[in-house]
Amino acid sequence: MPVLEKNGIKTWQWRDQRQVLTEYALWLLLLLVMLICARFIAERTTWSFVLDAPRQGGEMIARGVPPRWDYMSQLWRPLWDTLTIATLGTALSFIIAVPVAFLAARNTTPHLIVRYLALLIIVGTRSVNSLIWALILVVILGPGVLSGTLAIALRSVGFMGKLIYEGIEEINPEPVEAIRSTGASGAQVLSYAIWPQVITNILGVTIYRWDINLRESTVVGLVGAGGIGIQLDASINTLRWNQVSMILIVIFVSVFISEWISAKARQALI
Amino acid sequence: MAQATPLSGRRWSPPPLIKNPWIRWGLILGAVIYFAVALSTLQFSPERVARGIQRSGQLLLAFLQPDFTTRGNLILVGILESVTMAAISTVAGFIISVPVGFGAARNLVPVPVYLFCRGLIALSRTFQEVIIAILFVVMFGFGPFAGVLTLTFGSLGFFSKLLAEDIEEIDPAQVEAIRSTGASWLKMVSYAVVPQVLPRMIGLTLYRFDINIREAAILGIVGAGGIGSTLNTSLRRYDYDTASAIILVIIALVMTVELTSGWIRKRVQ
Amino acid sequence: MLRIESLTKRYPTGDMALKGVNLEVPDGQVMALIGPSGAGKSTLIRCINRLVEPTSGNVWLNRVNLTRLNTRELRQARRKIGMIFQEYALVERLTVMENVLSGQLGYVNFWQSWFRKFPQSTIDEAFRLLDRVGLSEFPDKRADALSGGQRQRVGIARALLQNPELLLVDEPTASLDPKTSRQIMRLINELASERGLSVIINIHDVPLAQMFAQRIVGLRFGEVVYDGPPNRLTPAVLNEIYGEEDWNASGPAQDSQDSEDSESVSVGVAAH
Repeated sequence: MPVLEKNGIKTWQWRDQRQVLTEYALWLLLLLVMLICARFIAERTTWSFVLDAPRQGGEMIARGVPPRWDYMSQLWRPLWDTLTIATLGTALSFIIAVPVAFLAARNTTPHLIVRYLALLIIVGTRSVNSLIWALILVVILGPGVLSGTLAIALRSVGFMGKLIYEGIEEINPEPVEAIRSTGASGAQVLSYAIWPQVITNILGVTIYRWDINLRESTVVGLVGAGGIGIQLDASINTLRWNQVSMILIVIFVSVFISEWISAKARQALI
Repeated sequence: MAQATPLSGRRWSPPPLIKNPWIRWGLILGAVIYFAVALSTLQFSPERVARGIQRSGQLLLAFLQPDFTTRGNLILVGILESVTMAAISTVAGFIISVPVGFGAARNLVPVPVYLFCRGLIALSRTFQEVIIAILFVVMFGFGPFAGVLTLTFGSLGFFSKLLAEDIEEIDPAQVEAIRSTGASWLKMVSYAVVPQVLPRMIGLTLYRFDINIREAAILGIVGAGGIGSTLNTSLRRYDYDTASAIILVIIALVMTVELTSGWIRKRVQ
Repeated sequence: MLRIESLTKRYPTGDMALKGVNLEVPDGQVMALIGPSGAGKSTLIRCINRLVEPTSGNVWLNRVNLTRLNTRELRQARRKIGMIFQEYALVERLTVMENVLSGQLGYVNFWQSWFRKFPQSTIDEAFRLLDRVGLSEFPDKRADALSGGQRQRVGIARALLQNPELLLVDEPTASLDPKTSRQIMRLINELASERGLSVIINIHDVPLAQMFAQRIVGLRFGEVVYDGPPNRLTPAVLNEIYGEEDWNASGPAQDSQDSEDSESVSVGVAAH
């Protein structure tokens, strides 16, 4: 109650006392938790290294500038691999995610049990980071672009599946009724009444995910799953900081370009 | 059917998506060539697939009997570290993002400040957390401190960008109303800007905590603290039972946090 | 000829939408179904082509009992029942022509429909219908670029391309302005008499129903409370269908006990 009545006089106040107290208690609790967290982290930190950071950082930058521009000639191939991982990974994910999404959407699923299975796939793949997928796949298939592509694809299935099935559930049911009432088969209802309503959303989600995947495919190489991350890892391990800075520039530029492409493409869809 | 009128014979086919046939076929051809070349980069070979199937069988078996106990202590400490890292860096990132976010709002600050803040945001958003983590590990040594810095930097970019956009879109009428009462800049911000932005910010904080938990689970792979290092080691040693236990724990953690934060967000908004 | 025998529908919520409806619609008759919101009009016509599954009762279309058909047979039966919707129910991202052609989906297989390879005779008929409803100019315009009246014309063409024996029309004018409403009703009427179709029209607008229907059926709480010619719709009958209201008053009602039900009925219905 913002208005307090006392002896017939109404006074306005922001909140009543209990609300204010609960709020203070919550803030206090948060502060306490943060202090405990900070202590925990502090205990597990080697402070002599931290204190050394300015010197290390300074050295890193000194050795990284200027970047080794001619290293670019060795980066085209890894860059192509990175693009391949992102694009093929997204394409593969599209092929898996679209049917899974239709099985997961309440209005298109053939059966409730199928729906829960599809949701399980979506939630499961979404919860595992692409780097973890990459770790696992490198163990299974060995290092290389193939592992990276599959890692990206598997991670994206959950992400895309979720957004797509939510889109399917939001369609206008009237055209579905109308097409059904013409005597169309289930597959025809899907292709005539539902597909046209969701295709824009599906393509939008795919492009959006491709953009994210390009970023992610720059790092799967750190665990050996192909792409420019391999060169990054190698350069860091050998302390060639001028190569590292060159790679970072390349990553920055390609992410910038992919973001631009994705924004333009999604604009064109609408 | 009334067949009295003669058949018109007018043909019809659906209009193509792209009108110009040259562009249309060019795009199709380009896509086909690209995918063909890209597929060839994959180095797909039957032996590799056969080996893969065999190994994934082993891995799947391990998933059916995850081993939580042998390295139980390591798993516990790793998870605690991950959660702690995520929590502290969400809050720290949020606090630092307030000045940066205001600095990145075009309608409030001078141009040099604006450019600096925008640059910071762009850096944080372009590079994957893992890359930033590697650099921080080199500077600050192995351990969760580097992880906290990484996630704080990542959260900083996330929050500042959204905050700046929110501030730029703020209803100027309300700002005017407060300003016309003769309030100072600080008062204007606290009375006109903050109330408009706060509820969404709480929701976004929880959302970012969610993201940070996922990231904190993998930063250990490059030595920046958390469960990731244990996972990496166990996979490299072919200790699949422990690895599967860790992955299951990560999935459980991520899902719990996602559900809880979703629940809280629904209640706050 | 359509015959409905003691049709009931109980929704999972327990609501009885239809309580044993009996109706017979002879060939070539245009019948208007009136009644307050929630009277079961929409449920009734959806129970005929089983977009809503009836709980019990029979629906005979000529010699076929629609309620006894399996999925496959039902699909074939639906081809002979055209339907027109309140919100037009067009697929907005498809073109006018694609929407019209969807009326023939029951006659082509999946791949033909996916690649839009309809027989030339169907395409001829579609063009003829588009011409008849006044839309021959833009077969390739997207449906969401049309006005409300134009969309409803596409809806009509789609239903007629089915070459139906029965036309189910659900609130065809509720989303249209008065002038367009009359044009659409006239069009439906003309097409019905050209082709000798039986038509069931759900409609809120009583004067419009009286103007265009040969027979009026009033539904209240899932039961038929009036069945007769338009000119016998007296205020007393309307009271029975919609609840108390001064049907001849032209100003705000002095005593409207049942204003919720009467909202949608235009005031000033003349009793002939």
